[in-house]
Amino acid sequence: MITTTTEPRANYLTSDFGIKSWLLTTDHKRIGLLYLVTITLFFILGGLFATLIRLELLTPQGDLTSSETYNKFFTLHGVIMIFLFLIPSIPATMGNFLIPMMIGAKDLAFPRLNLLSWYLLVAGGAFTLYAMFAGGVDTGWTFYTPYSSTYSNTYVMATAVGIFIAGFSSILTGLNFIVTIHRMRAPGLTWFRLPLFVWAHYATSLIQVLGTPVLAVTIVLLAIERGFHIGIFDPALGGDPVLFQHMFWFYSHPAVYIMILPSMGVVSELVSVFARKRVFGYEFVAFSSVAIAVYGFLVWGHHMFVSSQSVYAGLVFSFLSFFVAIPSAIKVFNWTATLYKGSISYRTPMLYAFGFIGLFTIGGLTGLFLATLGVDVHVHDTYFVVAHFHYIMVGGALMAYLGGLHYWWPKMFGRMYPEGWAKLSALVVFLGFNLTFFPQFLLGYLGMPRRYHAYPEEFQVLHVLSTAGASVLAVGYVIPLIYFIWSLRYGAVAPANPWHATGLEWKTPSPPPTENFEFTPVVTHEAYDYEALAQEEEQEGVRVG
Amino acid sequence: MSPSSFRLFPEQASTLAGSVDHLYFFLVGVAAFFSLLIFALIFFFAIRHRRRSEAERPQPVHGGLVLEVVWTVIPLGLVMVMFGWGAVVYLDGARPPGDAMQVYVVGKQWMWKLQHMEGQREINELHIPVGRAVRLTMTSEDVIHSFYVPAFRMKYDVLPGRYTTAWFKPTKTGKYHLFCAEYCGTRHSGMIGWVYVMEPAEYEAWLGGGGTGGSLASNGEKLFQELACTNCHRTGERGRCPDLMNLFGSTVKLADGGTVKADEAYLRESILYPNAKVVAGYQPIMPTFQGLVTEEGLLQLIEYVKSLKEKSATETMPARRN
Amino acid sequence: MASVHSPALRHHFDTVEQQKDASTLGMWIFLVTEIMFFGGAFAAYTVYRSLYPDAFAAASNELDIVLGAVNTAVLIVSSFTMVMAVYSAQTGRRKALAGYLLATMFFGLVFLVIKGFEWHHKWVEHHVPGPHFHFEGPYADKAQMFFSLYFAMTGLHALHMVIGLGILAVLVWMTLRGAFSREYYTPVDVSGLYWHFVDIIWIFLFPLLYLIGRHNHG
Repeated sequence: MITTTTEPRANYLTSDFGIKSWLLTTDHKRIGLLYLVTITLFFILGGLFATLIRLELLTPQGDLTSSETYNKFFTLHGVIMIFLFLIPSIPATMGNFLIPMMIGAKDLAFPRLNLLSWYLLVAGGAFTLYAMFAGGVDTGWTFYTPYSSTYSNTYVMATAVGIFIAGFSSILTGLNFIVTIHRMRAPGLTWFRLPLFVWAHYATSLIQVLGTPVLAVTIVLLAIERGFHIGIFDPALGGDPVLFQHMFWFYSHPAVYIMILPSMGVVSELVSVFARKRVFGYEFVAFSSVAIAVYGFLVWGHHMFVSSQSVYAGLVFSFLSFFVAIPSAIKVFNWTATLYKGSISYRTPMLYAFGFIGLFTIGGLTGLFLATLGVDVHVHDTYFVVAHFHYIMVGGALMAYLGGLHYWWPKMFGRMYPEGWAKLSALVVFLGFNLTFFPQFLLGYLGMPRRYHAYPEEFQVLHVLSTAGASVLAVGYVIPLIYFIWSLRYGAVAPANPWHATGLEWKTPSPPPTENFEFTPVVTHEAYDYEALAQEEEQEGVRVG
Repeated sequence: MSPSSFRLFPEQASTLAGSVDHLYFFLVGVAAFFSLLIFALIFFFAIRHRRRSEAERPQPVHGGLVLEVVWTVIPLGLVMVMFGWGAVVYLDGARPPGDAMQVYVVGKQWMWKLQHMEGQREINELHIPVGRAVRLTMTSEDVIHSFYVPAFRMKYDVLPGRYTTAWFKPTKTGKYHLFCAEYCGTRHSGMIGWVYVMEPAEYEAWLGGGGTGGSLASNGEKLFQELACTNCHRTGERGRCPDLMNLFGSTVKLADGGTVKADEAYLRESILYPNAKVVAGYQPIMPTFQGLVTEEGLLQLIEYVKSLKEKSATETMPARRN
Repeated sequence: MASVHSPALRHHFDTVEQQKDASTLGMWIFLVTEIMFFGGAFAAYTVYRSLYPDAFAAASNELDIVLGAVNTAVLIVSSFTMVMAVYSAQTGRRKALAGYLLATMFFGLVFLVIKGFEWHHKWVEHHVPGPHFHFEGPYADKAQMFFSLYFAMTGLHALHMVIGLGILAVLVWMTLRGAFSREYYTPVDVSGLYWHFVDIIWIFLFPLLYLIGRHNHG
């Protein structure tokens, strides 16, 4: 029986009304929601392009659109999904919303900078949308020179400016998180009492702060070359196109860790609460996040094994690339071990966590194929790579994003989502995802190159399977969109701690008041101390079960 | 089996393909093992330890350093094997054998132009004999492309402004896809073709049948004269310009004290950017030929310079005896 | 003595010390991002210089070493006036603070004016990369690479100076409005960090761009 009672207490949603109170807010929770809406819109747009790509690839001929248009589809799909969805996704929505609460603070260190970060993402997105509507961009999201600097006659500059601006959104968010985590933890909250979600975001912020500026200056140099027709990367003008690749990947490889680390933080939380156990090997999971962040800066050349870099460079980058896989493996083992002798619930967030661990494992293992020099020569720039990174980004990051969204939805909105529909969508997503992307591993090893508008007939069967999977996957994403919005009005009212989770964010009401905590909490135990929680709940007379 | 029928695994048509596939199967085995292991453990734990009551209080299981070390070291060992094996296969594929036949490739939006030493030109097709190593020297006229033959498990980027090389040795006659594997603009997916591997006799016949006016080297010699290189570079003489006889493959001493190997890249650079590396004992007076010679012309000139070899003493001996 | 009810204390901080600590740490992290930003340009410079040392030396010799040296001195003096500004803020001397901030702005402006002259010279001599570029001697095309990097790097640096001038102007305005005191002058402090950083970038740019191979040519 669902009783919907309105919340008597003022919370961050009801504290102020009107569009100005949202567009000029400095409340980290409201800013998190602004981001949530923005990136959802970008995800839908990026997904639209994915749909068009998969539709075109149903047949071997390029018959749905012209080549120019198709090239713009995959470029925009990549640019939007990476820079306007994945990079902000978890940090800007859940990170913003939760980190201050998780550490017992009233807000981030720099609330106005936080709002500026959101505006920068919107402005960056606006430039990209302008480029899209004006005629599109067709360089691929990697915009290699000299095609992007001299040959392409599409809206490269506008897109580059858009990414440049969005990059600053990322940098400032990272800066904000680092200072917040260093300086604003509640009394008693030592580093090793922090939730792993915070550790993950700390590591992510290190990458954002150190890596993104290199992309920024690369874009500046590219813009100078394209705008003023002077040679920096174009050999016809005296430049070196491979230097572009080095500078581009120096950011873009660590960028993939920006996209995955926060989701690993989410999974740590989900696995713990839905097994009701401390995360196994907490310190190892925490350190592995930082190790991935640091280490991720050393391996960029594995994108360039056949680019004319020397054989020795290839050997070094291959060697180092294997090491970056180890901390991720450590996490997977620790999460799995957390399940051992736990009390495992099958609520939707946990289903997404299971999906993450399985699919991330496959995605990560296929990364080893790419780090292996002898095999990479064959599968580089084929659908094998496309499958690998979609397993990580969609099977991994996006599943964790959905899992986290379901988990913290009650906290953010004071409402529960409908569990039945949620479980169904999780299953649909899992099945649709595998049908979409597993055939692409086979396509890649067969030799199907990336970014191909038309392809030889013998590849069609696998492409049809992939497109079929994509249509199922799309359904899996549409259903939550509907029931989440539905739940805002009709969902069951959520208590402060519906999951009986540890963590300071669950000590606030659902939804929380603007200032988060009436009194600054004092922390006396480690992050996933369910005994302490049980004692507190007994004292408060909270019924368990 | 015709090339257009459905398959799940590519043909092996080169000496390298087998070793790449062996390594691949090892990786598939390891990946399958660990994926299934994790899936199975999750499945098993999730069922065995499913929550039976909301009041359950699982006992904390404390980790051990031992376990962490074990599941760090074992994967580390496995990936080091992957690295080593992958490096061996890679190095094999990176070093062409000395007796490889040379083919030149010029990529441009959106076609492949191939040139045989004997002068044969092909567009989007490459005819080669089975059982003989082929060395490709490649360049692009515009943007970055990539020459990819899946059946050979071979791929390498093709760059403007420089030469890249790759090699393979075909083991099976047949017709194999050639793809451009680096996005290069509108008709990237149209920049495809075929590699025809033929029996040696057929190949010789094919070579003989399509005379296009001289070998690369002889065309190069013509171009050398047309561009007036002979005004300065007199073979066998040392004048204002370095002697080109026996130049290819030798080590050149430069004016700034360094040395450089006279390979294709050096020759190309010397023609287009003559003052980048001035030879010791000479003045930087050579004019640049940028804009005066195409990429194909450069390849012809390079082949010509390569052909400037004095007959060695043992070769002339028999002539003297006669 | 910091009072919990200091008007400058923002609501999400517990104490003024915490707020100052956070602001300072934030500015240091921002400067790290700037190091990475300029670092990319320095990396590109390093690559090309090691590939074409002679061309780079020839092109570098065409820069005006006197103006470059003067500009270096001007920036060092401006950093000194900035330090004095921070000291004035620490000791609560409002007029001195405003004066030193204005002096810093003055020297920053001098720097930019001299830079403007230099760039104009380069334009007149056809050393600006692009369709009008012309360089005597055998190193023409690689010299263009040098000048591309020269304008990119000094341009980015000048942009940071302009932003710095804007920040200083805001600080002057805040000083005149009485926003700063012995207890609270954090914006002056962190802006000082930024200004010194921009100065240090120039300290690296000057020898790398102006002094290549000068010992050979005198």
